Amino acid sequence: MELSGALAIQGGQMALVLALAPLLTGFIRKAKARLVRRHGPAVIQPYRDLWRLMRKEVVLAESSSWLFRGAPYLIFAATWVAAALVPTFATGLMFSWSADLIAIIALLGAARFFLALAGMDVGTSFGGIGSSREVMIASIAEPAMLMVIFSLALMAGSTQLSTIAGYMLSSNVGLRVTLALALVALIMVAIAENARIPVDNPATHLELTMVHEAMVLEYSGRHLAVIELASSLKLLLYASLIGCVFVPWGLAPAGASWQAHLVGIAAYVGKLALAGALLAVFETAIAKMRVFRAPAFLSAAFMMGILGVLLLFVSRGGLQ
Amino acid sequence: MNALDVLLIAAAALLALVPLALAMGQSPAGRWVIYGGSLAICGGALASALWALRRAASWDAVLPLGLPWIGARFHLDPLASAFAVVVSLGGALSSFYALGYGRHEEEPARVLPFYPAFLAAMSLVVLAADAFSFLVAWELMSLSSWGLVMARHREAGNARASFVYLVMASFGAFSLLLCFGLLAGPGGAYAFAQIRAHPPGPATAALALALAILGAGSKAGLVPLHVWLPLAHPAAPSHVSALMSGVMTKVAVYAFARIVFDLAGPPAWWWAVAVLVLGAITAVMGVLQALMQHDLKRLLAYHTVENIGIVFIGLGLALAFRAAAMPLAAALALTAALFHVFNHSLFKSLLFFGSGAVLTATGERDMDHLGGLIRGMPKTALAFLVGCIAISALPPLNGFVSEWLTFQAILLSPQLGWWALKLAVPVVGAMLALSAALAAACFVKAYGVTFLGRPRTPAAEAAREVDGFSLAAMFALAGLCVCAGVLPGFVIDALSPVAHGLVGGRMPEQASQAWLTIVPIGEARSSYNGLLVLAFIAASAGLCALAIHAFASRQARRAPAWDCGTPSASPMTQYTATSFAQPIRRVFGAYVFAAREQVEMPPPGDLSPARFEATVHDPIWEGLYAPLAAAVALAAQRLNRLQFLTIRAYLGLVFLALVGLLLVLALWN
Repeated sequence: MELSGALAIQGGQMALVLALAPLLTGFIRKAKARLVRRHGPAVIQPYRDLWRLMRKEVVLAESSSWLFRGAPYLIFAATWVAAALVPTFATGLMFSWSADLIAIIALLGAARFFLALAGMDVGTSFGGIGSSREVMIASIAEPAMLMVIFSLALMAGSTQLSTIAGYMLSSNVGLRVTLALALVALIMVAIAENARIPVDNPATHLELTMVHEAMVLEYSGRHLAVIELASSLKLLLYASLIGCVFVPWGLAPAGASWQAHLVGIAAYVGKLALAGALLAVFETAIAKMRVFRAPAFLSAAFMMGILGVLLLFVSRGGLQ
Repeated sequence: MNALDVLLIAAAALLALVPLALAMGQSPAGRWVIYGGSLAICGGALASALWALRRAASWDAVLPLGLPWIGARFHLDPLASAFAVVVSLGGALSSFYALGYGRHEEEPARVLPFYPAFLAAMSLVVLAADAFSFLVAWELMSLSSWGLVMARHREAGNARASFVYLVMASFGAFSLLLCFGLLAGPGGAYAFAQIRAHPPGPATAALALALAILGAGSKAGLVPLHVWLPLAHPAAPSHVSALMSGVMTKVAVYAFARIVFDLAGPPAWWWAVAVLVLGAITAVMGVLQALMQHDLKRLLAYHTVENIGIVFIGLGLALAFRAAAMPLAAALALTAALFHVFNHSLFKSLLFFGSGAVLTATGERDMDHLGGLIRGMPKTALAFLVGCIAISALPPLNGFVSEWLTFQAILLSPQLGWWALKLAVPVVGAMLALSAALAAACFVKAYGVTFLGRPRTPAAEAAREVDGFSLAAMFALAGLCVCAGVLPGFVIDALSPVAHGLVGGRMPEQASQAWLTIVPIGEARSSYNGLLVLAFIAASAGLCALAIHAFASRQARRAPAWDCGTPSASPMTQYTATSFAQPIRRVFGAYVFAAREQVEMPPPGDLSPARFEATVHDPIWEGLYAPLAAAVALAAQRLNRLQFLTIRAYLGLVFLALVGLLLVLALWN
């Protein structure tokens, strides 16, 4: 019973994240459009886009190799597995022990590795510009993310995400400087990782400002659909991660009743809507930076992460 | 006959191949005999080292070699067995690779005699149990590898590379000589067992630590002693580069671990600070330097420097935990370091084999002259890709597991009580994270520029797949990388007696965990399952492909690249290794390498070409070695006058020296 329940939660979560990911993207686009007094496309437009792309033929560049065709599936798979392991509405995930938070972030790193390689594959200058800028951004964002993980892991005494969420729900957390620093750093990393304004602009097709879009420039048809879905999933993953760690209320604990799980799902959708709305407001209110300002932005996140960890190291004798 | 006997006989057999190689070096059969023989001998040594590691026992042997009243002592304990596995595995696969690769050697007589001697010397270093035999084997290792670096002495730069290597190797051996002298004490107790029985005092031990860092660190490639490594490793033939980078640096790690954990007695806490800081600087400097390279083999060599830094971070953490009497945490950190040693020997050998294959197929090492090799050499490209994923520490391959274990060890360190460590460890952790992320960037560049894109030269366009031996060796290593990544529990269990012998703690047994998960400390704390992660990725990718196959259009058409509507016919418009690194050079290089970019634009109407110049400085070479070399040259010039004195003046000098020494002696007493 317990096993089947955990399996059901795991399966439900995998289906839920996949189903909700385009919706979140559509919701953010709609919210951004409304904020600048446009009507904007319908919230379900990303689903229509995916369906349209799937029905279209693929146009492969003459110089592309097998890696170009295989990479979308690997990128999607790594992102989906990572998203499946972040507790969204319940902590009792069947396989949460198979990868901790460090491994989840490394899975996203693997997805990016293949995306950057795919950008290099066709051998165009735009692919190269996208890949080289992406790895530059990642080379600061990833350590910043690891510092956030260190902060959380040192407080909770674990790198397991379900344990961290459980610790955050418990009463002995209190307000901590490190938590605030970690939250700000995590949000900054999430913005950079998802190619949002001010680091990158998901809506741009101005060649010289593209990072993410430049890497996927040569993709079309079903391959592009899979990659678009993977980027929506990644955005959802970061929203879930922030929700799970910093706003864990509503998460159904392991072995809870089905009502608790329904509450969990409702709370999760609410959290996603809030995160999407905040992101839309933030993106509308701010301008994109020059590419070489992004390292300064991310270094600030990195420094905040290190500062948070240092505070933990000097303020405590040790872990329980 | 025990495992130690087998390993010693294997080393002797390898040495016996040397005269054979001298005799038949010119004949085409020489390659088959020498590499085939090395393969068979290393295979036997590997089996016996694995068996010894599994048994976790120790054996001793004294051979009547060297000074008659001392003899040569050898000893095989779990630490030596673990490194003997690395040496013989690397040796066996390199020999196998060389069966095919060696065909293209222009002067085989310059490679074949040194090769088995190099292999024998490395295994003898690991087995030696007294300072004499250790140093003799160490010097043999240095000299035979120097001979291999000089094998292509006519190529530009190789003579300089081997000169720098020789100077640094002499310096390292000299440091180790002094180190053993200090450890042995005035009584001259040079056997390791005697040193272990009488550990030195704290001051002597600290000095021995410093000398061990200088001696073993210069061979391993610790910054700032690494300068010879990126020169010498690429200069050798590729299978030897793989051995030098993948195995010889590990022998140096062995020397460090043997001296510091085994012989120098209980550590003081500040040793850990020194090792950690050096390791962190090495990791970040190594990977940044690697990013600046456009020579594929040199990039790989610089990357070895980074990995040695990661290993030393693990060793430093183990020292700290040992000083704090936390055996479990020390075992975790030490296991992480040794696991990374094993992993690095796998994927660095694989990548050097791949670069050798590229060199064979195209005659090029410069990535800016390559590109698009994935079409001509799909198998090499696949194996190289596995190596790149593994070295970039991405799940589910093996590089990730050892870095993950290192991170877990770092997360235990707030319990350390010393303030300097409390401040140093988080920064070291941040630098480790930085180097891991930069490593991924570095290998996107290495793979993307070399194998992907369009061919930049006719040679790259004409590249064809290499021979079966080379491919089989590469795929064997790629398979081992996958196995060690998805089944890390077995490697951790195999390393458990090593950690127990050195730091007195053991990690929990991993093979008994459900689903072959690895749990370094406790289940609530952290766990990772590479097998499941791989299965999940495969299942999700398969599911996605099935769904696409069922619901999406299956049509595909080939067309010219889109490139925002402005495709360019020339492959020279692609990103090169240099341009790919430009953003990172701008972000990090401006501080570390004083990197400058200069753009000269001709005024409108002027038809002269625009010029772009990027300059990168090596702070360590220019700040440390160039002044040192200048000082030596100056001193030599000044002292040159001493060659032209009269006999009276020489006698006077001798007399003055004698008086001076007597004075020193009188003051000393």
